Amino acid sequence: MGGDRVKVTSFHFMPYRDLPDDVETRYRSVWVDAPWSELGDARKAGDFFNQSIDELMLAAELGFDGLGTNEHHQNPYGFMCNPNLFGSILARLTRERGLDVALVQLGATLASTSPPTRIAEEYAVLDCLSDGRLIAGVPVGIGADAGMSYGVPPIVQRARWREGIELMLRAWTDPEVFAWNGEHYQLRSVNLWPRPVQTPHPPLLVPGAHSASTWDMCHERDWPYAFLSYFGAGAAESAMDGFWARADAHGRDRNPYRASFLQLVAVADTDEQAEALYGPHLEYFYKKLLHFPPPYFTPPGYVEYPSQLGAFKAMLASPPPDLKALSARDMIERGFAVVGSPATVREQLEAIARRLGVGHLLAIMQFGSMPHDLAERNIRLMASDVLPHLQTIWDAEGWESQWWPTGASARAAA
Amino acid sequence: MTVRTVPLRHCDFEAKVRVAGDGPPLVYLHPAAGPGWDPFLDALAGHHTVYAPDHPGTGETARDAIHKVPALWDLVLIYDELLDALGLDSVPLVGASFGGMVACEVAAHRRTAISRLVLLDPIGLWRDDAPVAQYMTMTPDELPAVLFHDPAGPAAQAALAMPESTDELAVAMADAVWAMGATGKFVWPIPDKGLARRLHRVTAPALVVWGEHDRLVSPVYAAEFADRLADARVEIVPGAGHVPQVERLDVVAPLVLEFLAT
Repeated sequence: MGGDRVKVTSFHFMPYRDLPDDVETRYRSVWVDAPWSELGDARKAGDFFNQSIDELMLAAELGFDGLGTNEHHQNPYGFMCNPNLFGSILARLTRERGLDVALVQLGATLASTSPPTRIAEEYAVLDCLSDGRLIAGVPVGIGADAGMSYGVPPIVQRARWREGIELMLRAWTDPEVFAWNGEHYQLRSVNLWPRPVQTPHPPLLVPGAHSASTWDMCHERDWPYAFLSYFGAGAAESAMDGFWARADAHGRDRNPYRASFLQLVAVADTDEQAEALYGPHLEYFYKKLLHFPPPYFTPPGYVEYPSQLGAFKAMLASPPPDLKALSARDMIERGFAVVGSPATVREQLEAIARRLGVGHLLAIMQFGSMPHDLAERNIRLMASDVLPHLQTIWDAEGWESQWWPTGASARAAA
Repeated sequence: MTVRTVPLRHCDFEAKVRVAGDGPPLVYLHPAAGPGWDPFLDALAGHHTVYAPDHPGTGETARDAIHKVPALWDLVLIYDELLDALGLDSVPLVGASFGGMVACEVAAHRRTAISRLVLLDPIGLWRDDAPVAQYMTMTPDELPAVLFHDPAGPAAQAALAMPESTDELAVAMADAVWAMGATGKFVWPIPDKGLARRLHRVTAPALVVWGEHDRLVSPVYAAEFADRLADARVEIVPGAGHVPQVERLDVVAPLVLEFLAT
């Protein structure tokens, strides 16, 4: 004993919850292409943002360990143009209420922010506001955002991301004012005000899908990794098996707290009730919010050649499912989302955590069109019937985490 | 056809040049989808020694070579150095689509050393009322209708043919996607990088060939190029889309050969 506990973060995409039924047939893509002028309502957007903040704060009150936000652009899937706008609200509200949860910013995208010291500054502000509760997520970003919405050539996105990380780390830690003469960014005088509370700097977290170069970077630098699991066990297992194989190759231990996984989760009293309650919102998420042509997510050049070749080989060997043809039940059976009674959800999440060897969970408990009251019900049931169990999964193994913010305390379900 | 390796100083780029045919030399620059040897190049090689270099990152070149070529200026200097290395100090340039844009840039830089310029549906200019299609974010199902006037026709079908075996197919798909990504470094997100300001520097006589039904870059651009070039002639090719040298080889090959012979 004496190790650290599993941390469960309430993660939010803050989607637009009210799209028309035929949106996926009306537009080629709901990312980038679907026009706000035909679909969006600013007052509704304001309501959705406020509801999402309330849902995150409820999770904080009920004992979740972290609150998670992210960045996307020009789409109804999730339109936090800057997660730090929302992180700052959460930092303030949680501090006021004495809730020392982590702020999991997963995160602001360095590759599409110029200069990336803007994110170094904002993250430092969040760490100051929250008194050291920041996890500094460093997503590479997807093609629809950095490339299509923000104009970054896909083939340079990764290089900008890597340079941005190095620049951010140095800006946080170098006591001297320095000049940065990089390949993608040139700054004559870097002298960050403020600097973060955590020393030497807040823990990073690298989200990813199946990129071997990202796994190698994590292990070379001893940074934790978050796998975003949308398509069930097969995809998750091949990714995490790859991550751990690279850990072995780099001489890293298999400490589960090196890894988190993000998962849609929904709980009701029974499996049948859960499917009936959450099924429509699950279909909305997969059929409407994920309605875009594949090159929008990974435009040419975005995926390094070896990974691209591997992806095509995998696709030809086992073609991906047609999401439009799947029912909510199919999605639940394939494990896209973990949906069921408290016992089912406890069992499935523990099995996933053990099979993948991951220590932390990022739970999406409001997804798609799920209305506020149902989201709150889901969060309450998760907190009372699932969270306490999840937090103890790795207790017996005694692993310690060096990747959780020093200002966030260990929490217990209320 | 043989492939020549030409190590260059600029960007440490190891150039790969496909060489075929006999006769006076010409240089062909390929489009964004990657290099390929097609009947049009065979037709040129019947009368010329064709030098067809692969753009950095594509074809026979190292895939990560593109990461060492930071900007369009460096790409132009790569071709400047390559033509010197090949001893081509007065040579016609033929460029298709993305290759047409690069041919213009090289001709604007290497002013007197380019003898003739042939542009086949080039990109490189922009009009808000006729936006160039964003081919990089189209799916393999969507592209044929944008590339070809008759995507079901035999010429288009032959050009679109992919390998049968899944291993070779995966490589062909990855190569094509990477070629678009590598060339896309110089044209994303809008293929207007200032060529309009530089086209007046091109003094070589130019032939501008355009498929009448080009849905990737509208034939209205033919006049945009011709108006800025010192000495240009426009030929609109009926029954062809973005790749007239494939769909109407019978028209385009004689046009180009005759222009190069005068």
